Amino acid sequence: MAIQRKSNIHIMDGNQAAAIAARLSRVQVVAAYPITPQTPLTEQLSLFVESGELKAEYVAVESEHSALAVCTSASIVGARAFTATSAHGLAYMHEMLHWAAGARLPIVLACVNRAIGAPWNVLNDQQDSIAQRDTGWIQIYCRNNQEILDTVIQAFRIAEQVYVPVMVCYDGYILSHTEMPVDIPDQADVDKYLPPYKPHTTLDPANPKNYNLVTLADPRVGVEGKLCHGYMELRYLLQEALQNSRETILDAGQEFNKIFGRDYARMFWEDRNEDAEITIVAMGSLAMEAIVAADMLREEGIKVGVLGLRVFRPFPKADVVRVLRKSKLIVVFDKNISYGSEGATCSEIKSALYGTYINASIRNFIVGLGGRDVKARELADATRKAIASLKETVINPDYPEWICQI
Amino acid sequence: MGTRECNHICDESSPGIGEAGSTGEWRTNMPVIDETKCTASKLNKPTCFLCWLYCPEAVMTKGIPPSINLLYCKGCGICAQVCPVQAITMAPEKKNL
Repeated sequence: MAIQRKSNIHIMDGNQAAAIAARLSRVQVVAAYPITPQTPLTEQLSLFVESGELKAEYVAVESEHSALAVCTSASIVGARAFTATSAHGLAYMHEMLHWAAGARLPIVLACVNRAIGAPWNVLNDQQDSIAQRDTGWIQIYCRNNQEILDTVIQAFRIAEQVYVPVMVCYDGYILSHTEMPVDIPDQADVDKYLPPYKPHTTLDPANPKNYNLVTLADPRVGVEGKLCHGYMELRYLLQEALQNSRETILDAGQEFNKIFGRDYARMFWEDRNEDAEITIVAMGSLAMEAIVAADMLREEGIKVGVLGLRVFRPFPKADVVRVLRKSKLIVVFDKNISYGSEGATCSEIKSALYGTYINASIRNFIVGLGGRDVKARELADATRKAIASLKETVINPDYPEWICQI
Repeated sequence: MGTRECNHICDESSPGIGEAGSTGEWRTNMPVIDETKCTASKLNKPTCFLCWLYCPEAVMTKGIPPSINLLYCKGCGICAQVCPVQAITMAPEKKNL
């Protein structure tokens, strides 16, 4: 589809891209606490508010827990709310992450992925957001700065349609502090794409309501004589919302393409999977590195494709199965570790394949923790090693291999 | 019958008596007022009413003697604690014996 408008490309880092996206989304409340490597994002947003470029309330808080508490309160009274954090800040938000999702508030949070202590480390891995996997948030991972800008805008559209908060995750430093070309959309186009936020419930002093009080295990008849959800029914509705959010995510991506000319109608990114016998799976910026590794291996005549995970929650099981149907070997690289088990995305892939006719071998490598550099050559080496290991009798080893110097 | 027709997606309710159900069912000890000791009853005047003031569930009325809505009284025993003349005692619920 031909796009009429001229491009408006600027060179910027990932934090700038996220801040501009929040501004273009006309967020009304921003509450955030600075933490490395997210700090420039909050600084930029406070500058936008101070200069009047963004007509929003910037609430300076004393902690990340309070930041998300402010966003939760703002969202329930009908304001579009945005926050951002990293690592320990996200861990500190943990309780409020559950609260935002449980109250079904369409908040958007930018998580600038960073390692968690002990020991202290400010560099990148994805342990922080993976550890918040089960809080009921949609999680979308970005590969580059353009995707950060585009995904934050899409996140509001998705969140406000399904009433589930969305975490937009991008790798610290690799994206947050690395400058690359980003096309900034026109405000008028973003306004067309993103209608004003309509809350699912309205706080009205003339018609007082209780929200999220102690809710008993069983459904009960309310004072209005209607049978109301118990705790478990509300949990089911959250699960149902995430299960059904795939169509909304794809639609948000498709409509984005119509207006801005960049196609996001996909749950993950694919590279040369049509004839691939070996599939490399990676999430976030690592998926770009994997394409370079695939280039190297293709030059050697090895038929390698890449599956770059984008939406981690809801996990697109059926779509993954469709792509992996021809794979004989799946090599999963994780920048996280579920201690005592394996990388989180590897578990997802295995779970998706269970019960299908696909009987591919799976190898999991843990890479890049605490900012350890991951070179494309290392991904290619690991893939060659995985190919060589196919001669072993064990189809799928119990535990992942680590690319480190122990 | 399920709760699908409840159109809320988060917990939402209207403030009102009994919104949390018949909380009197939670009670293990029931407050019993001894009219021969209760100040309001003895003086036959609307006075004292500390039980009414302190009751966290607002189930105590300013009557002579005060009466208790046992449908919602949780049996916390605060009224018995604050009564200056020990006119209220907590008796075990028969259903729990």
